[in-house]
Amino acid sequence: MTFAFWFFAGAAILASFLCITRRSPVSSALWLITTLFNVAALFVLLDAHFLAAVQVLVYAGAIMVLFLFVIMLLNLGDAAPGENPRWSPSRVVGFLAGLGLLAELLVLRSAVPPDAIRLPPGVVAGEMAGHGAVQSLAVPLFQAYLVPFEITSLMLLAAIVGAVVLAKRRL
Amino acid sequence: MLESYVPLLMLMVLVIVSAAAMVGLSHLFSASRPTAVKSQPYESGIPPFGTARERFEVKFYLVAVLFIVFDIEVVFMMPWAVTFRQLDILGLGVLGGLLEMAAFVVVLVVGYVYVWKRGALEWT
Repeated sequence: MTFAFWFFAGAAILASFLCITRRSPVSSALWLITTLFNVAALFVLLDAHFLAAVQVLVYAGAIMVLFLFVIMLLNLGDAAPGENPRWSPSRVVGFLAGLGLLAELLVLRSAVPPDAIRLPPGVVAGEMAGHGAVQSLAVPLFQAYLVPFEITSLMLLAAIVGAVVLAKRRL
Repeated sequence: MLESYVPLLMLMVLVIVSAAAMVGLSHLFSASRPTAVKSQPYESGIPPFGTARERFEVKFYLVAVLFIVFDIEVVFMMPWAVTFRQLDILGLGVLGGLLEMAAFVVVLVVGYVYVWKRGALEWT
């Protein structure tokens, strides 16, 4: 189990490093898919089986299709050497944001989670054995969180209308 | 629980091995005698014109965005399909589960009708 965690975590970090260092945007996108697959494997190790399946389906599938379309839309060829300077403003901002994220992670590492969000040992295993991965997630989603679920459809509706308005302004 | 992922692992290994074998063996055993004509990109027999690295139209992007939205709708349907018989909503039993998803889908059908009427699915 520990070996699997280190394997997939290391593969995810390696793939994301390759993603941000490739010259060709398409090979960056392919490495990003590899990263997302490895993160899905980490979700499996955390017993979040449904989340892992959705991660592959939505992120590695649909969102990556969107990324590839954006690459085709913007016609990003391979970057010529010297085209991306070492210190552009966006890189500095990205570097600072990354440092901020790292600091947050270091703070979180030493923080003790409150009891309210900590499950007693064996609860997850019991749920898995009794109800299965999908059911233990789906029953609260559709029963206790009925209203948020229905509001999600309004959110998706807003996304549909927004996409059409942005892309088809001249209709 | 993790044992149930062994078939998935076997599938991935099989895919990687067979893909590597297809590329590697054909590279090893094929004779490579390129000519100018053979090196052309294959365009179904038509002489190629222009480059493949053209900017694509924004309507491809629109289709991709709409695909994602309806993909996420289906993601919600999967856990619902597993559990809707056990749901107890407003004391209606199975009907409650059906009505819940019907309300969800009706809102998205409104979006679908909007997309259709707006002509966003027309290609030209």
